[in-house]
Amino acid sequence: MAAPAKPIARASKERTRFWRAPIFQSLPLRISVVVICLLWTLPTAGLFVSSFRNPQLITQTGWWTALIHPFEQGWTLQNYQQVIGSNGMGEAFLNSLIVTIPATVIPITIAAFAAYAFAWIPFRGRGILFTLVVALLVVPLQMALIPILQIYSAASLYGTFIGIWLAHTAFGLPLAIFLLYNFMSQLPRDLFESAAIDGASAFQGFTRIALPLSIPALGAFAIFQFLWVWNDLLVALVFLGPGADVRVMPTALFNLLGAYGGAWHLLTAGAFLTMLVPLAVFLVLQRAFVRGILAGSVK
Amino acid sequence: MAVDRAQGSGSYGTSRIVLVGSLVGLVLAAIGITVLIDREGGQKLLASIYDMLGNAAGAEALRNGQGDQFFAKLLLGAIAMLVGVGGIWLLFTGASSLVERLRPAVRDRILPLVFIAPAVVLLAIYLVYPAVRTVIGSFQDEAGAFTLANWESLATPPFVEILRNNILWLLIGTSGSVGLGLLTAALFDRIRREALAKVFVFLPLAISLVGATVIWKFVYAWQPASQPQYGLLNAVWTAFGFEPIPWVTQFPINLPAEMVILIWLQTGFAMVVFSAAIKGVSTEIIEAARLDGASERQLFLKVIVPMIRGTIITVTTTIAIVTLKIFDIVMSISGGRNHDDVVAVRMFAEMFQFFNDGRAAALATVLFIAVLPVMIVNLRNFRRQAAM
Repeated sequence: MAAPAKPIARASKERTRFWRAPIFQSLPLRISVVVICLLWTLPTAGLFVSSFRNPQLITQTGWWTALIHPFEQGWTLQNYQQVIGSNGMGEAFLNSLIVTIPATVIPITIAAFAAYAFAWIPFRGRGILFTLVVALLVVPLQMALIPILQIYSAASLYGTFIGIWLAHTAFGLPLAIFLLYNFMSQLPRDLFESAAIDGASAFQGFTRIALPLSIPALGAFAIFQFLWVWNDLLVALVFLGPGADVRVMPTALFNLLGAYGGAWHLLTAGAFLTMLVPLAVFLVLQRAFVRGILAGSVK
Repeated sequence: MAVDRAQGSGSYGTSRIVLVGSLVGLVLAAIGITVLIDREGGQKLLASIYDMLGNAAGAEALRNGQGDQFFAKLLLGAIAMLVGVGGIWLLFTGASSLVERLRPAVRDRILPLVFIAPAVVLLAIYLVYPAVRTVIGSFQDEAGAFTLANWESLATPPFVEILRNNILWLLIGTSGSVGLGLLTAALFDRIRREALAKVFVFLPLAISLVGATVIWKFVYAWQPASQPQYGLLNAVWTAFGFEPIPWVTQFPINLPAEMVILIWLQTGFAMVVFSAAIKGVSTEIIEAARLDGASERQLFLKVIVPMIRGTIITVTTTIAIVTLKIFDIVMSISGGRNHDDVVAVRMFAEMFQFFNDGRAAALATVLFIAVLPVMIVNLRNFRRQAAM
């Protein structure tokens, strides 16, 4: 009763699919996959469709009827015009860029220098300082809010872009140092030694060797931090406040929710505007995006 | 490498231009900071530029909060980029080239300090000092005298309700995300268009929690039974003949309704991590289990799940910390007014509504105590690995 031996090649081809009993390949599996994908897409689709609908119609009929009768709708861009102009989403978009880009670059730079020193330059207190970094990884940023706000009021940093850059920088630093240290400490020692023989200073060892080789780790953290800052509500509410001249997109959307809870033509368009940049980052840099999310997952 | 060697030490020389350039740059950055620190800095700067160009009317309009506000913002943005992005590099370059002019023995001692000082100073000011200050503040009244009142008040009914909600978030939010992540990872592993299906579940992770809350509030929208339901959930619900339910305002259904938003967001994260772990389980083990007659369900529950246990623990911890600090969803849905308040939202209210910093500090410390076990495990793991 010699069952035919399985060819080895087949096993490796099937490697990624661990179960393959026929019952699972059939209809129930496919239906459940489609249902899951629909559940995860429909809420966003509803928002997207509604943001282009006539304001009166949004609360009279469900957005799905607009898809069934697409020509009786009176599609419009007016919701976007209104929310960008009179509700200040346009200015909030600029503010978000002004907040997010430096709040991504500054922590990466500071963390890269620190991680390099932790990994490659021996100095006294290195072990204790790095243990501190590890300990700070999970400290809730709520612990920082009250004392920092007091400092900011005294130093008139409340409501300034510099204030929020520094706050986001510090809150992102432990993770950034930790990730970059893990990466940089794995670089081969020979590289730094031969550069030193060639007369490279520690600074040049960093800028010409460690930094270029760490681009994957830098990119992963950059994407994570960018999304984190762009999507953040709490830090922005506490340190920037609701003033229209400085508020960022999540704050602007939050204010819309409070002031016009039922104005769905504004809320849908506003919400979609806040999602625009993160979705673009996701679609363009999908792989790095996944890496960034996974790398940043400890936060 | 060979090319580098051929160029020899010349390619690594420190030029005086770098030093002078970065010092000049730092002075400019300092001027930029004075513009950024002023809330009307952009308008004032553009106004003085207009004055210099002879456009007195435009300058006057800007100073009165009118005129070319958009250009003032763009100018401010440009300065922000130069200061924020360029300034930090100038700082390191300038400091390093200064230090490299010192005697080698001194230089080697100071250079590491230049590299880590900005990080250490920021961590000390923004995390270490505040954490200590917050713990102390939780034992102080408004005058700064010692008191236990802040902590005692956490035992009163409204705060017990808040802590209960946080525990529910922790249990349901975490297990929901982890469970669904595991389920989707296992299901999608078996289909041909795996990558595409994953994108659908993963995409919400790019969205802000406020944005996600708006999306779901629209799904949950409620109208009186006499009117057509435009919210997706109530439309389906009433189609089955039920009365429409105000999902986000009616306690206790609002709690799971809010948790769904977080689960919807976090499942994608769990799925991607689990999916990678499942693919890492060796084929031999799976084949062996199959030869022993394991059913597909047994294979999954008794072989795959135990094999990826470490990953499951990591993901669970990560999502648990997120649920513990949950703020945006509850804040955007109701501000915690429908018996759905949580620690982080209440802390915000204590700070900005009730101006009770002592109680806010106690609430923050509660969160800190909750993550303390994770911190200890992290430190222990690190100590074990590190040879520093």
